[in-house]
Amino acid sequence: MSIFLDYLKVFSIGGLICTIAQILINRTKMSSARILVLFLLIGIFLEGVGLFSYIKDFAGAGITVPITGFGSTLIKGAKEGAKIGLLEAVTYGFRNMASGLTAAIFFGFLFALIFKSHSKKA
Amino acid sequence: MEDKEYQEYIHSHAQKSNELLTIVWAFCVGGIICCIGQGITDLYSYLLKDWDEDKIASLTSMTLIFLGGFLTAIGVYDKIGAKAGGGSIVPITGFANSVVSPAMEFNKEGIVLGMMAKMFIIAGPIIVTGTVASVVFGIIYRIIEVAG
Repeated sequence: MSIFLDYLKVFSIGGLICTIAQILINRTKMSSARILVLFLLIGIFLEGVGLFSYIKDFAGAGITVPITGFGSTLIKGAKEGAKIGLLEAVTYGFRNMASGLTAAIFFGFLFALIFKSHSKKA
Repeated sequence: MEDKEYQEYIHSHAQKSNELLTIVWAFCVGGIICCIGQGITDLYSYLLKDWDEDKIASLTSMTLIFLGGFLTAIGVYDKIGAKAGGGSIVPITGFANSVVSPAMEFNKEGIVLGMMAKMFIIAGPIIVTGTVASVVFGIIYRIIEVAG
């Protein structure tokens, strides 16, 4: 039962974030790049003011799977690096982004070579 | 005249219900993707007991990026996206979609100047925003660390 409740929280918060995005798309016709940047900034802001971990404790993947989670790991990296030195402070954010970026670039490259584009059919 | 007003009424009404429908779709698809992410995290935490939370989180996003990229490659993700809108854009799978989709589309313009260069046509702003923000925050945190 507690597992069901956990997933219900994940579903609700994740769904809510996407709903806010959808309302923005409907009302302002924002492009997907702008939506992604906006929610990245929201994640950065939430981590910056220290609210992110509280929401994460409640919603788990509901807040980390949306791009807000990306923003949070960036700032977490900056925080971590700042304890060591200036070079680490400015680079550890990117270091935390490395796994996601590597996967996106590598699979983007691979799939573009293997698969044919579908965009013409649609 | 009355007929025209009626048509306008129908039109505005249809638009409202359409908007509600897109929101319901976004909520459900976004929620489901997040639950899949939670499921992957739980599975990895169970299988890889000696990995810390950050490594599990990295592996989870890489898995989701792979899944989002693969579904984009076989043409399924864009079909989901046509209905789900924000529900498919905001999750990390949408970030994968924003890289894989232009990479495939511009592949015909050549590998270097087409696929590799235009891969970042949507994701570029995210990488720039993220990098700039992490440098700014890094400097601020360092100043606090040194001063405090």
